[in-house]
Amino acid sequence: MAGPQLGGAAVMAVDELDTLILALRADGYRVVGPTIRDGTIVHADLERSSDLPQGWTDEQGPGTYRARSVDGDAQFSYAVGPSSPKEELFPPRQRLWTATSDGDASFQVVEEVRETPRIAFLGLRGCELAAIAIQDRVFLRGSYQDEVYAANRSDTLLIAVECGSPGGTCFCASMGTGPRVDDGADLILTELLDGDPRFLVRVGSDTGAALLERLTHREASAADLDAREQVVTAAAAMMGRTLDTDGLHDLLLDNLDHPRWDTVADRCLACTNCTLVCPTCFCSTIEDTTDLRGEKAYRDRRWDSCFGLEFSHATPASVRTSTKARYRQWMTHKLATWIDQFGTSGCVGCGRCITWCPVGIDITEEAAAIRRASDPTPADLPVPPTGAR
Amino acid sequence: MTTLELPTRGELTGRPYQVSTVRHQTHDVVTIDVRPEQDPIAFQPGQFDMVYVYGVGEAAISISSDPATPGLLSHTIRAVGWVTKALNQLQPGATIAIRGPYGRPWPLEQAQGRDLVIVAGGIGLAPVRPAIVQALHQRERFGRVVLLVGARSPRDLVFRDDLDRWNADRGIDVHATVDSAVRGWTDHVGVVTTLIPRVPFDPENAVVLACGPEVMMRATARSMQARGVPAERIHVTLERNMKCGVGTCGHCQLGPLFLCRDGPVFAWPEVADLLEVREL
Repeated sequence: MAGPQLGGAAVMAVDELDTLILALRADGYRVVGPTIRDGTIVHADLERSSDLPQGWTDEQGPGTYRARSVDGDAQFSYAVGPSSPKEELFPPRQRLWTATSDGDASFQVVEEVRETPRIAFLGLRGCELAAIAIQDRVFLRGSYQDEVYAANRSDTLLIAVECGSPGGTCFCASMGTGPRVDDGADLILTELLDGDPRFLVRVGSDTGAALLERLTHREASAADLDAREQVVTAAAAMMGRTLDTDGLHDLLLDNLDHPRWDTVADRCLACTNCTLVCPTCFCSTIEDTTDLRGEKAYRDRRWDSCFGLEFSHATPASVRTSTKARYRQWMTHKLATWIDQFGTSGCVGCGRCITWCPVGIDITEEAAAIRRASDPTPADLPVPPTGAR
Repeated sequence: MTTLELPTRGELTGRPYQVSTVRHQTHDVVTIDVRPEQDPIAFQPGQFDMVYVYGVGEAAISISSDPATPGLLSHTIRAVGWVTKALNQLQPGATIAIRGPYGRPWPLEQAQGRDLVIVAGGIGLAPVRPAIVQALHQRERFGRVVLLVGARSPRDLVFRDDLDRWNADRGIDVHATVDSAVRGWTDHVGVVTTLIPRVPFDPENAVVLACGPEVMMRATARSMQARGVPAERIHVTLERNMKCGVGTCGHCQLGPLFLCRDGPVFAWPEVADLLEVREL
């Protein structure tokens, strides 16, 4: 009997997660999904479903992250951690080419051979799917197609798990990227914990339909679909943060000299954490180096950050010397000029930049402060939340 | 679920070229010529290349040669950083790698039938030189062609042979000025914008191309508009840190613009407000 096709829905038991991971690995995929490491839920290679952080949740707030063990059957009862699919698709450091010189004035350039890894991402939230779609636009849909990103992205499989437990810094509902996922993935899972723990599985592509065929499943009932609806509706109401995006583009660009930029700069360490954990930040720099004998020269590309002083260096000095200018560049790019450049906001509402900021700067609070269009007062400073969820 | 056609060649990989000549323009400026025998790089005035020195690194450099003869490709470089200093020390026969050309060119077609006024400060003459040369090839298509060149001192003037030749032979009105004169300097003294009110051209029917330090281009735009040149016919070329040249590394952003991809040449109204914001 043919199973659900594109757009169809089925239900599978929790044990089938293991079958799914093994099937993907049998097909030659690396399965990359959440696991617990160093007290943090991160993306890493999964071999079995037991690698998932079953029995773990997290508590997140500005500058705060704690993984905590919990009772219960949930496999996906946590928000996003510091890592994201960006690390696989646009790795922090990429060798572009090697040049060799035999000591005279000439040299030959040998380009790096690009492999196209098979990667199945398991457990992607709505915000993470949105982030991949944004990086697709940046690296693939412009006049220029990035060779590294294209190679890494060309044979990927996306398996989403709708988020039922957003964290204290989450605001995907404000950005329209989650918690509800209806497309953009090969399979869309929803963990249903009412009654018998099970997964609703919806089919987002023919590849996903073929994969589902190999899993033991039954047809989804109206009750299953209703249970899913309750999960995502409840999750949407549990956002730790909100961001009012109405007119935000013009609001920020009309307030480039707002005193709030000075206030936030007094707190910002320009440490670059927010740009490193951001799943859409794409800035990079080139590093040209040689071996000690000068016989080989290497060109690497690595992540860069607009918070660095060197980032805007142009003779005779950096353009953005103040922290104020660098924070303003990051936030106005993320929330405003990104729209001019790529037709979408650069923010997916995942909250990573808030959680992993060592001083707890909150992009939603900064935007709200500028919206209030008043001079900053102590009451405008963010209050650390108590109890992440 | 994703089907992609993979690029066959890395956009960030230059092609090696052998340096044919190194011409010293001033104490810290050289023009490096390469002669691509195969696959000459066709380019338009105002475009730039990423030029790589083995083991040192890469810099964005405007092309300064004649677009009509892409078999001779020149880059004019002032020694200011690691890469440009290394480029200044190259000898003929050395190999460099070049990728490009990148960027939006000067809108010379807008100047057809109009006066063409070019304002260059210091090494800023290099990115407008291909436009000047192209205008001279098609001299009859333009009204007056005026070049205002400023430098800190006479020894900082680049392309001095060109200036003399263009003035003498070719129907181009060259005015040079220096910020501080030395014995023997008989031309104008003062910043280049002080020439704008005193040279003959028809402001209402002129197109302006300006290249130099940002403060000079702002002053040029102001003076030109004061004289009656419409803002949309004033063009500047902007410079920022560039690592990729193709709008993906993020370094050269100015507000919504990637200077490498959307520029480096901009009509003044596209950038006027952005340049007013400190540290943008």
